[in-house]
Amino acid sequence: MSEHILSIIWLTPLIGMFAVMCLPKENKRLIRYVANGFAVLGMLVTIPLIRGFETANADFQFVERIDWIPTIGAQYYLGVDGFGYIMILLTVVIGWLSIWCGWESIQKRVKEYYAFFLFLQAGMLGVFMVLDVFLFYVFWEIMLVPMYFIIGIWGGERRLYAAIKFFLYTLTGSVLMLLSLLTVYFKHIEQFGAASFALEDLMRVAAFSSADLQFWLFWGFFIALAIKVPMFPFHTWLPDAHTEAPTAGSVILAGILLKMGLYGLVRFAMPLFPAGATAEFTVQAIVVLSIVGIVYGALVSLMQKDWKRLVAYSSVSHLGFCTLGLIALNPNGIAGGMLQGVNHGLSTSLLFLAVGIVYDRRHTRAIADYGGLANRMPVYTVLFAVAMFASAGMPGLNGFIGEFTILRGAFEVNIWWAACAALGIVLGAAYLLWLFQRVMLGPITNPRNEDIKDMNLREILVMAPLVAGCFWIGLYPKPCFEILKAPTAKLVERLDPGYFSRNGLENPLDKYAQSKVATLVKE
Amino acid sequence: MFFLDSIWLIPMFPLLGAAVMLLFGRRLEPQHDQGPPADDHGGHGGGHGRPAGRTLVNILCPGMVLLSFLFALGAIFQLQSVEGHSYEVVKWTWLAGLDSATGMGLNAFTADWGFLLDALSAVMILVVTGIGFLIHVYSVGYMAHDGGYYRFFGFLNLFLFFMLVLVLANNYVLLFVGWEGVGFCSWGLIGFYFRKQSAQRAATKAFLVNRIGDAAFVLGMLLTFTTLGTLTFTEIGPALEAGGFQIENPWGPLSLLTLFFFIGACGKSAQIPLHVWLPDAMEGPTPVSALIHAATMVTAGVYLVARSSEIYVLAPNTMLIVAVIGALTAIFAATIGLVQYDIKKVLAYSTVSQLGYMFLACGVGAFWVGIFHLYTHAFFKALLFLGSGSVIHAVGGEQDMRKMGALKDKIPLTYKTMLIGAVAIAGVPGLAGFFSKDEILWKTFSAHQYELYALGLITAMMTAFYMFRLIFMTFHGDNRVDPRTHVHESPRSMTVPLAILAAGSILAGYVGTPIVFGPVHDMLPSLEHWLSSAVVVADAGEHHAAILEWGLMLLSVSLALLAIWFAMKTFKTDRYAGEPMHGILGKRCHQLFLRKYSVDEIYDRFVVKIGAQETGSQLGQIDRKVIDGAVNGVGKLTRRTSSLTIFGDKWIVDGLVNTIGYGVKFFSYPIRMFQTGMVQNYVLLFVIGLGVVAGYFLFE
Repeated sequence: MSEHILSIIWLTPLIGMFAVMCLPKENKRLIRYVANGFAVLGMLVTIPLIRGFETANADFQFVERIDWIPTIGAQYYLGVDGFGYIMILLTVVIGWLSIWCGWESIQKRVKEYYAFFLFLQAGMLGVFMVLDVFLFYVFWEIMLVPMYFIIGIWGGERRLYAAIKFFLYTLTGSVLMLLSLLTVYFKHIEQFGAASFALEDLMRVAAFSSADLQFWLFWGFFIALAIKVPMFPFHTWLPDAHTEAPTAGSVILAGILLKMGLYGLVRFAMPLFPAGATAEFTVQAIVVLSIVGIVYGALVSLMQKDWKRLVAYSSVSHLGFCTLGLIALNPNGIAGGMLQGVNHGLSTSLLFLAVGIVYDRRHTRAIADYGGLANRMPVYTVLFAVAMFASAGMPGLNGFIGEFTILRGAFEVNIWWAACAALGIVLGAAYLLWLFQRVMLGPITNPRNEDIKDMNLREILVMAPLVAGCFWIGLYPKPCFEILKAPTAKLVERLDPGYFSRNGLENPLDKYAQSKVATLVKE
Repeated sequence: MFFLDSIWLIPMFPLLGAAVMLLFGRRLEPQHDQGPPADDHGGHGGGHGRPAGRTLVNILCPGMVLLSFLFALGAIFQLQSVEGHSYEVVKWTWLAGLDSATGMGLNAFTADWGFLLDALSAVMILVVTGIGFLIHVYSVGYMAHDGGYYRFFGFLNLFLFFMLVLVLANNYVLLFVGWEGVGFCSWGLIGFYFRKQSAQRAATKAFLVNRIGDAAFVLGMLLTFTTLGTLTFTEIGPALEAGGFQIENPWGPLSLLTLFFFIGACGKSAQIPLHVWLPDAMEGPTPVSALIHAATMVTAGVYLVARSSEIYVLAPNTMLIVAVIGALTAIFAATIGLVQYDIKKVLAYSTVSQLGYMFLACGVGAFWVGIFHLYTHAFFKALLFLGSGSVIHAVGGEQDMRKMGALKDKIPLTYKTMLIGAVAIAGVPGLAGFFSKDEILWKTFSAHQYELYALGLITAMMTAFYMFRLIFMTFHGDNRVDPRTHVHESPRSMTVPLAILAAGSILAGYVGTPIVFGPVHDMLPSLEHWLSSAVVVADAGEHHAAILEWGLMLLSVSLALLAIWFAMKTFKTDRYAGEPMHGILGKRCHQLFLRKYSVDEIYDRFVVKIGAQETGSQLGQIDRKVIDGAVNGVGKLTRRTSSLTIFGDKWIVDGLVNTIGYGVKFFSYPIRMFQTGMVQNYVLLFVIGLGVVAGYFLFE
């Protein structure tokens, strides 16, 4: 059982999809119960993973490896380390909440909706656990399909434009990624005489390829990821997709899909092409794009008239922080960047859920249509304020931990990086507080909001786990850092061998190896 | 050491109160909170009466603060027997694990939920909990008629939690938690009357201006860690020693990091150029102005500088900047205070000005004097604010002093206590303000900063003048109050705190009597001595003749008295006609002060409008036109190309395909004849076929 736990985790929502497809279309209630049941089940099946996961171990755990297409060397090869583990946990929780949050608002084509969502869930979980590059590409691409339909069918007015833009943008990046992957794959055949798509096999190619080649391959891969993240200037699909997607779609997009870009960087792009990732041009370009993204996203966000679009642009700003952390290429930066990815998943999902709640009631996203909501919706106001301050990096909530750790990482490399990024701290508060002032405070400006209802129990319960997560990471982030520490150390050593010993730091990997030896000796 | 080991409880009591209020408070209000009335009426708001649920609030919230105060007293009592007057309690590790390489080779990054009680935080917690308690009691009376009662007390208690975390934190990161937390509560309380547009704006503005300082604070922390390898206060001193840091001249990392912290302090303590939020913050209820925007939160910047005094003394360049900004802010705010009509605005600018004094003291190396002034100022400024609240309460929500006058017999207790406050801040000998302010002036003078001394002296004069302008315009002269208003003295819950604070304003200064007082100085407790274990107390340097100190004291006192006399002469008239300040300052100067040097307008135009909003719109256009333009252009181009290929498809490829299709169709005609779709035909065909097959086998 537990040796196939990863398969069980990603197959559970897939089985759920088939189950939903077998149900009669008219019985919406039953469909909702079954879909939500599978979402909850999807969380429960991670319990053996949580119990068995060794945080100090940087190697892949729960590995499953079967030949899939032997002629080309493609394998069904799964395994997780800290990076994947934390993302899987985030995915099952956010996935569950996003399925739950559409309980009332989704009334048309209910069956298809939940089928697509469960399919999407399976695809996302797959991405975070595959170690075979071919299979990774399959999962990466296949996820686009349900997302395309979710935006295109259940979206807002300009949903078709948004869906096509999302699809084509991502697909364009994927082509470049495929080229990089195939080059590495053939290089591997040439070098070792065997066909394999396994990550660790392809990682060995780096030693035999020139820095120049690695540079180009990294960039091919990176552009695909930069589109997914999204980084400035590849971000313009995001405001459209976010704005037009149904609430649950926006939550999944912000909460998980964007994190795939970050995950792809630390799992594939950086380890596969270390010389490309550490090239001076790469680092400088990514830093500049990140900082521009932070400031640009915040400034554009400030002036949005559409509430959801404002939150969407704030993602550009936040993800700029994440990529800045990753490209600092030191433990603080990388761990901070990944943690900030999780934090953004929590706080931005909250913000999107919040927009969804008033959208369900009033069917408008224009900021000008609201004003004075605090008069009628006190609970909503409080929860929105928590999300807002978490997002703005208030200490005691999660955003601060991520930003601070990233800034520490950036600061170690270059004080100016941190100084420029710190501008984001100021602007981040600006657009959110101004939004809050316009929609929540003051007298009720729009008479149609006079009898707007406060949140119901289900809506509160959907938001509660995320709020708890924000406080938990804000007050006690240690468990998260414990999870990220080992894979971060491994990645840093891969990119910059001898980083720890050169800086007089203790390498967590050595420590684990020693403890392992000690237990063996004892036995 | 029961109390010392439980210092972490001191902030927890108000947190408990806040949690109860903010989570369950709504149930204590009989009618659900529909938001408070739109204006700060003080006494004449909604008129909900006093529901029973409020009694619980009235006991719980001030009670929690009282508990903190008692625990603080107990802890400080026990602290006296601890060697070095310093005691640390670490509850749990907050941020740790990811180490960084630093210049010091020390690299274990930790920031704990750890609390440090030493001489400096002892003074701070006494001020915060003591004055905090009095203001809570006062608020029971002041807010009695307002809606959102639980929300008010919830935020007020939460504020005290964060403020106590700020002053008890044993490291910069936890201090920053408190620092941001008090900013958050300040935001919530400035915007308490959230239906009022001016209140929302003031709240947002306060938070955002503070954020600029906060960003610098974060950079300061990062630089501190990379330079010294620690962010824990007790390890800073040893790290400086181990690193062999010398006085930095010109600039070095220590100067830079102290400057970053000072920018942070400028935000929180409303110093130039980040002073603009504090006067607007007066939109909050008056007890909030007293507690947060006068006595405690705004002094956090001074606390931060004093807390980092070990680093500051090694950075003379930053020290000079601190002193200059302090002195400039002091005089700048005082000039604006001279001409304000809103009673709370006068006090707000006075607060900015007094905070400038505190930074001046820190800047010339007299950190303990800065803290001394912080401590005396907390008494008389809280008193003045609460007194003004009592006045506003009495005249039915009016804040304009031109519509007051001759109130002294109608609200005698308020008058007397406010008079004491005014005398104290004006620097009349014997009261608290005299001792601390004169010490600042003397330290500035003896540090050879004569220009700054002159600025301080002029500011002192102005302070005495505008404060008595306030007293005379409000309480003396002719009665300009709206005749429909029923002027009444405030309830006990408001006047008793006033009386206690008045007593404090008289007595608080006696812990810092000047050395030239000789036997009196020796007899009384010395704050300087007490603080010497926590902040750097520079030796007097060259000794000036006592006669010089006496002479300067005489000078400042006589100038203050002169200013009071002048204010009396100008404003204690029977008829308030015209604007006497016009004549005194000249029209242009008066306009300049009245318009607050147009700083708000300049910021609004260049930073908010052009810097943020315009740029944001333009960038949004770039997104739509340039990037999306390119994307859509590629899309269009693809469509064009594909329509070309469609042409090819239709006539060439499809032509071929269709030809084949037609061919098949033509030749299949005979076969199709059989496929009629009629069962009989099929059966017939089937039977015929069967016959043929059977025949074949038969004749084989």
